[in-house]
Amino acid sequence: MTPEEIQVYRDQLQCSFAQLENIFEDCINDALRQLSPQGVKDYLKGASLICMIGRGFEPVLVYLEEMPTVAHQVGEDALTLVSQTVWDMSRSPNGKAIPLFLDSIAEAARRLGSEDSFKHYIELIVEMMNDTSRSIHNNQNATIPSPGLPELLKQIPYLLSQLSLEGLKNWMAYGVRNYYMRPDYQASYFCLQSADSKAMLQRERHGTLFMDNERKLDAYLKALWDETEQFVPYSLGFDELRKPRPYYDNVGIRLPDVYDDKNNVPGIDRYRATIAHMAAHRRWTSPIIADNFSPFQRVGVELLEDSRVEYLAMQQYPGLRNILKALHPAPIEGDCEPQKESCILHRLAMLSRAILDADHGYQNPVIKEFVERFYAAMQQGESSPKEMASIAISFIAKTRLQSDQSPNIRFENTEVDYRDDNRHMWIFIEENDEAEDYDATRETKEQDIEVDGLPPRHYKEWDYRSSSYRPDWVSLYESLHPSGSAADIDKLLEKNSALAKRLKQILDTLKPQQYVRVRYQEEGSELDLDVAIRSLIDYKAGSQPDPRINMSHKHDGRDIAVMLLLDLSQSLNDIPDGCQQTILELSQEAVSLLAWAIEHLGDKFAIAGFSSNTRHEVRYQHIKGFTERWDDAVKARLAAIQAGYSTRMGAAMRHAAHYLEKQKADKKLLLVLTDGEPADIDTDDEQILIQDTHKAVQELDQDGIFTYCINLDPRADDYVKDIFGGQYSVIDHVDRLPEKLPKLFMSLTK
Amino acid sequence: MSDFDIAQYKITDEPYYEQQSNEVSLYEAAYKRRLPVMIKGPTGCGKSRFIEHMAWKLQKPLITVACNEDMTASDLIGRYLLDSDGTRWLDGPLTVAARMGAICYLDEIVEARQDTTVVIHPLTDHRRTMPLDKKGELIEAHPDFQLVISYNPGYQSLMKDLKQSTKQRFVAMDFEYPETKVEVEIVAKEADLDNETAAKLVKIGKTARNLKGHGLDEGISTRLLVYAANLMSEGVEPAAACKMALVRPITDDVDIRSTLDHAVDTIFA
Repeated sequence: MTPEEIQVYRDQLQCSFAQLENIFEDCINDALRQLSPQGVKDYLKGASLICMIGRGFEPVLVYLEEMPTVAHQVGEDALTLVSQTVWDMSRSPNGKAIPLFLDSIAEAARRLGSEDSFKHYIELIVEMMNDTSRSIHNNQNATIPSPGLPELLKQIPYLLSQLSLEGLKNWMAYGVRNYYMRPDYQASYFCLQSADSKAMLQRERHGTLFMDNERKLDAYLKALWDETEQFVPYSLGFDELRKPRPYYDNVGIRLPDVYDDKNNVPGIDRYRATIAHMAAHRRWTSPIIADNFSPFQRVGVELLEDSRVEYLAMQQYPGLRNILKALHPAPIEGDCEPQKESCILHRLAMLSRAILDADHGYQNPVIKEFVERFYAAMQQGESSPKEMASIAISFIAKTRLQSDQSPNIRFENTEVDYRDDNRHMWIFIEENDEAEDYDATRETKEQDIEVDGLPPRHYKEWDYRSSSYRPDWVSLYESLHPSGSAADIDKLLEKNSALAKRLKQILDTLKPQQYVRVRYQEEGSELDLDVAIRSLIDYKAGSQPDPRINMSHKHDGRDIAVMLLLDLSQSLNDIPDGCQQTILELSQEAVSLLAWAIEHLGDKFAIAGFSSNTRHEVRYQHIKGFTERWDDAVKARLAAIQAGYSTRMGAAMRHAAHYLEKQKADKKLLLVLTDGEPADIDTDDEQILIQDTHKAVQELDQDGIFTYCINLDPRADDYVKDIFGGQYSVIDHVDRLPEKLPKLFMSLTK
Repeated sequence: MSDFDIAQYKITDEPYYEQQSNEVSLYEAAYKRRLPVMIKGPTGCGKSRFIEHMAWKLQKPLITVACNEDMTASDLIGRYLLDSDGTRWLDGPLTVAARMGAICYLDEIVEARQDTTVVIHPLTDHRRTMPLDKKGELIEAHPDFQLVISYNPGYQSLMKDLKQSTKQRFVAMDFEYPETKVEVEIVAKEADLDNETAAKLVKIGKTARNLKGHGLDEGISTRLLVYAANLMSEGVEPAAACKMALVRPITDDVDIRSTLDHAVDTIFA
């Protein structure tokens, strides 16, 4: 192109940065090659626009350099779209994010590859920017830049490599929704530092997730290999430098947390191949002494041992061969040049491939010879790691080249990713004689920290605004309730002895009668003589006889498990109108009577209390377990109950349910005794916890647990129905709770 | 009750049975002394076939009763029926066997309620009699009469077990799925299949049996393996036959299904 022609284009670009002149020619040549005439026009117009935003030369440069390729990949509409978006950004407080935005464009276009998804992507970013840019006072134009946007844009290449656009959208929406008010958290969410950011990412990832398939894999290991072993997933996502490999040790089998499909092998089969490989090692590999081998020899021995156990596994399960063949790399003969780089891995991978795949087509006589030697060894039976070691050593010796020692090792096409790292194979006699290890012996054993209570359990929480769960949102700490004096409870029972007597009469009618006769059955196990004679008389007398002349027997037992969950929040310390006692004291009395009554009936019964201090600390206090009797230890715990903090009900209910689930009973009942609505100090929208509790009730219902709420709040009608449906009672006269509670229970279970 | 045709209970053709260890001679010894026998084992492992085979070998009629929860004592002993001129007594299967000297085989005895099974007590100790209280008759068991019961201790609930007093009236034999070699032969012979394919089927059976208690209540039985083999002899594709006969019947659990399907695919690749 002549300088005149270039000048024609240069005139269309209104921009006067001096640096521009150096690069313009290259850029315009690139653009002309990749774009249509109209595209070139848009391109120059877009660049002019960016030049005007007043952010220096860098954005213009990035635009000029990247956009021709981007437009080529996702259509020329992108030219205007990007420049207009940049312009809009410069008019918002987020101007600083513009270079980052432009940097992310090229990668996004390459990953997304279609016009629609690219547009969608830009929309997502803009939407996120608008949603997170705030003003000091509401209802004004935004003045504070989005704290998350720059972080997000930096992470875009990684995010797009892990997520589909849909997944990215969900992941971003979660961060925006939950950290809108908290700039620091928002930034750490979008730069993938916070725990729930990673958890959300994990959930939205494409590919076959370990956690979705754990049971299948357990079954696979048990069924095909007759072994049970713990699987421990590790994450591939955050360790960029050194990709961890599968392995196994005393703790369990380590597997990656996600596998994408590869070479038409679905992720689940990749998991199976990995497990098969390790299971085969566990069955056939015995460790050998490592000290006498050089590192290269060890690599060779490991490789042949891998091939050996796979061969044995494929004898058992021939179908495995197709999967392994698809997953095993096929190094191309002659691809590696020994003059330039170390070919040791390449050579070994070829050998391994040749052993696995009979149609390998390699011409190398040494490879062929050793494949034959391998098969000759396997003809004898199972062979052994020792025999493999001797073959491996002679292979390494025979193919040894000077360049093997070169630091420039060819890795391409050599990594067999379903194989483990073979750490189980070696016994090291001498610790290690490398200098930096001299302090290895000084390693002191970490003191076991005495833990108070159980480790926390994490529960999800329902967010009604997005109709999704927040994963692992609530931390719940369970502990044994401290004890007081059991005599106090006995005193309470004594005080209510008149009531107890009345209750006992009702209780006796409820007691199971074990074996009962069911009469008036058309079909039954025995003839009911009385009825039969009456029928016969009717028959002879010419009237219609009753055909129900049989009777049968049935067992009538109560098979109920009950869990009583006590709200122990601060408000229980209130003294309601017209009472002398606090709600807590009344509850104590009521619970004692109820426990006494249930013990009398012989139903399975447990009591626990809960309170919460933000989502990071839900306290769940064990008062009585299902297997414990109603004895002094339990009474002492009940005597000591205290009220404090808030009411985060959903997590406590889920935790109580997990105990109830394990009970063997026909009917399972969760009674929740509370004096108000679910609330906590870290939640400003009261509907969240109400809706979450409602969701918990639904979940429990699906697990066959009947939830029933006894509410002491006279204003409860406003919300309790939303939570518990029809399954609640509101007790207006709280002072009558001790009487009401046991009666209510009995009528519920009659 | 002389109008009863005992011939229908005789077994004329030899039922195919492959001996697993010494169970045939053990049974013969028990029969010589007319000891009541209890046979335990998982479903489809050949309990009923074994009894048929022994009845044929000893040339005795065999009366089989499949027990169920609704069965009452009168279903075993007999009952009065009403007909045009009053009542008529009809012997139950147990009574028939005791009168005729047959082997009475109560299959899956624990399915019957415990109070029902008590009626067999007098027949199973030194008395060898059976009182028909409603009829006012005491039957002396025929010298050839023997009682055999079977049950599967595995899958039933805790509630379903025999009373100690019932258990201790029997000598017991434990049955398991045959060992691989024998099972291959059985599958091959029953379905006219070559040994190599039969061995693959048995291997699938083994994988499923490993899952017992890990999602499966019971492994794939020899009976199902024979079904699968039969389908294959009819020209059904191996994978399809296995899925139809082995995987689909035993579980609706998606994860277990996918594991077993995978096992089928890798074994019949």
